[in-house]
Amino acid sequence: MTEVNLNLAIQHGLTADEYHKIIELIGRNPNMTELGIFSAMWNEHCSYKSSRIWLGTLPTKNERVIQGPGENAGVIDIDDGDVAIFKIESHNHPSFIEPYQGAATGVGGILRDVFTMGARPVANLNAIRFGSPDHPKTKHLLNGVVAGIAGYGNCIGVPTVGGEVEFDSCYDGNILVNAMNIGLAKKDKVFYSIASGVGNPVIYVGSKTGRDGIHGASMASQEFDSDSESKKPTVQVGDPFAEKLLLEACLELMQTDTIVSIQDMGAAGLTSSSVEMASKGKIGIELDLNKVPCRETGMTPYEMMLSESQERMLIVLKTGKEKEAEKIFKKWDLDFSVIGVLTDSKNLTLKHDNKVVCDIPISALADEAPKYEREWVETKHPDHIDLEKKIDDINLEQTIKNLISHPNQADKSWVWEQYDHMVMCDTAQFPGGDAAVIRVHGNNKKAIAASVDCTPRYCNSHPFTGGMQAVCETYRNLCAVGAEPIAITNCLNFGNPEKPEIMGQFVGVIKGMTEACKKLNYPVISGNVSLYNETNGVGINPTPTIGGVGLIKDISKIKSSRFKAQNNNIYIIGKTEGHLEQSILCYDLLHLKKGPPPTVNLEEELKNGKAIRSLINKDLIISCHDISSGGLILCLLEMSIASQLGFNINTNKKSIDRIKFLFGEDQSRYIVEVSNQNKDGFENHLKNINVHFENIGKTSDKISIDDDLKFNLQELSKLNKEWFYKYNN
Amino acid sequence: MKANVIVFPGSNCDRDVQVALEKFQIQTTMVWHQDNEMPKSDLVVLPGGFSYGDYLRCGSMASKSNIMNEVIKHANQGGYLIGICNGFQILTETGLLPGALLRNKKLKFICKYVDLLIENNSTPFTSKYKKNEKIKVPIAHNEGNYFADEKTLNELKNNNQIVLKYCDENSNVNDEGNPNGSCLNIAGIINKKNNVIGMMPHPERCVENILGGTDGSGIFQSLLN
Repeated sequence: MTEVNLNLAIQHGLTADEYHKIIELIGRNPNMTELGIFSAMWNEHCSYKSSRIWLGTLPTKNERVIQGPGENAGVIDIDDGDVAIFKIESHNHPSFIEPYQGAATGVGGILRDVFTMGARPVANLNAIRFGSPDHPKTKHLLNGVVAGIAGYGNCIGVPTVGGEVEFDSCYDGNILVNAMNIGLAKKDKVFYSIASGVGNPVIYVGSKTGRDGIHGASMASQEFDSDSESKKPTVQVGDPFAEKLLLEACLELMQTDTIVSIQDMGAAGLTSSSVEMASKGKIGIELDLNKVPCRETGMTPYEMMLSESQERMLIVLKTGKEKEAEKIFKKWDLDFSVIGVLTDSKNLTLKHDNKVVCDIPISALADEAPKYEREWVETKHPDHIDLEKKIDDINLEQTIKNLISHPNQADKSWVWEQYDHMVMCDTAQFPGGDAAVIRVHGNNKKAIAASVDCTPRYCNSHPFTGGMQAVCETYRNLCAVGAEPIAITNCLNFGNPEKPEIMGQFVGVIKGMTEACKKLNYPVISGNVSLYNETNGVGINPTPTIGGVGLIKDISKIKSSRFKAQNNNIYIIGKTEGHLEQSILCYDLLHLKKGPPPTVNLEEELKNGKAIRSLINKDLIISCHDISSGGLILCLLEMSIASQLGFNINTNKKSIDRIKFLFGEDQSRYIVEVSNQNKDGFENHLKNINVHFENIGKTSDKISIDDDLKFNLQELSKLNKEWFYKYNN
Repeated sequence: MKANVIVFPGSNCDRDVQVALEKFQIQTTMVWHQDNEMPKSDLVVLPGGFSYGDYLRCGSMASKSNIMNEVIKHANQGGYLIGICNGFQILTETGLLPGALLRNKKLKFICKYVDLLIENNSTPFTSKYKKNEKIKVPIAHNEGNYFADEKTLNELKNNNQIVLKYCDENSNVNDEGNPNGSCLNIAGIINKKNNVIGMMPHPERCVENILGGTDGSGIFQSLLN
């Protein structure tokens, strides 16, 4: 076997200090297998060494949280003995190298995280971000990623119900693929990954282990350079059919009384699953690698321990239950092998060909993993810029057409019609609205709502505000359909944390999120961090993707963002100030990228959100849409295009003030449609609870603004719809 | 009325069909693909999904499952048999229905509500609809592009075996209303004996308003007649 030295350690992504720490911890030079295991456990992706200190500051509890961060996924109580289990995770680096498989296995990985805990997955969501549409790789990456998400989710039969798609040149060299899954389980049937019981057998189930994905987690912990194409072999290959069998087999096994704990093999495969389970249980684990089902002959312990082959699980069974469990996996044509046992040694002990090939304390791999207090500099709040002269003379009619046909605002049905969003027959609100709504199966009243959001340009301009805003936007989207927001999961995508300004962005976002989560009683219950999203030294906009989940107690009351009928009243809820800096108008259409994002007033956010929910509960509004990127005008146009009903509004404003009114992205606002009959009741209710509202006009058969701006709805719909089809033709 | 829903490894609309059948008081049993026998029933359903991962060719491996011998026997004895989506693909693979389902013309998976024209309402599966009635039912497939040779297509036409056709919103059967490139806009066909139907659209997905529509209900109500 090759002698391990510093050089080899560095090739494994470890620093000299980290290598010396390993020698100190185990009292000798590690062998090749051990070095591989250390590098897998100590890389950024698995150890969170740059982020851990800051992640610990996020709020993680409220009265509905059953399990916060630290498990395969978070768990919330949704009444009646039901729980929702969810998490979001990144698969950015592999998707850039091999978009189809990268995205597909991203979906597969997050599904496993959820069903490992005993939940049946009921909804997939995703946030995908690409470089500029003109970049030569973008079309290929977009098509590959969408097809990969579709290929995996459709086959396993879990609906993909919502998400975000964005283009920005900051992602030219580093696309983002963040996949979220939500599952439902019974409160008394949740499974955890804490190993316990010396002598209990350790079982390997699922697909066989191959040489794919070796060092995937280490790759995800490095910056890209022009050589990244050569990393294709580190991308895993997904088999959704195998995962479907694994899902059904695991859920069947979970109905029996056989499982002590269970953990999926994700990043760093057999290594991280065995070490994490043993570490949580403060127990030892011994594996006989000759028992690992392998796809190829001659695999070394190093390869087996670092393979990231998909669709595999590690289970600790109660002693004597092996036969009962094996029967289930055989029924589903899956591999089942007793590969080890829990021990009292507190070591990870690996045997191969009757020789011990690894014997290291679990604590050295897990607890002693490096934790860095990285240097950081705070991002200054940017100064305001003088926009008046640059904006005053824009052609409003053309600008509105440009807005609706811009790839970031264009209709995304080209994307989500490739996803089966209806399978399982509980999708009550399709993609394209504010939040997806999924009925709790077998319950005719209850549902959960979910939304993923982030506005990276805000985060780049001022991370603290951007972090708050991302949390608030999911909150708003959930309120808009009538859900009570409960908790979030986060996927924190940033550049190289070794650069103080990048670390400063990270810290700023975390601090902003913390404020928002606290105020809204909307904690973080799971998530993941993806750092080193840089190519040739250029980082992405900080992108903390937030996935929010809420509860709907009466599904018959949910609201959609489509206008419902002509001659109804249109109101804005929340105050309109006309903040234009960092708006879509400035950033995407006029390429004016300076200035601060709109401020976030958490008091208002909370108050307006509650107001919307009460209006929905009292049946005082007919449709509702939150105002976000693109401002009031985009919000109205979306409601209009979705329903093919127009609107007639009066801004009572001229020139720049009118532009600010239409395109400003002030936060905490919604548009609602109110019938004539409920007009008084609506206004009185909002006056009573002291919420700001403004009547701006009526729904109509045509689109007109202040009588001087008129649009043909069919033409706008066509402009909105055709971008993706033309681009991908 | 009693139904058996066959569960193949990779089926994923099996539960959806079960829920829909039970909503119409059709007593439903789930039958595992490896079984050699199944309970006596009036109806057998081959549900949608990705049996055997759609590997090799959609439906081909499932068509060779143990239980398919029983299913074919059931059909030959005149029992009702319906194949939805992947189930339709399995039926063409067994030869119970003619033709084949190729990849969609644009090579992409499509999931959306589409307009369908009831071409034949004199089948046990469509009697509740009116002839030429337009209904909205979702499709969700990557391989739904119905293909058969001229001779077979003529036979299907002449024998009134075409049950459902894709159409546009004004009930015109044209290219615009054809989502996947199917020959003659075919969305569903029936055998000559009028007891085995295959269809790409998913009626079980639209039997409740909350899910977007109820136009699929007619299929289940027809069976109860």
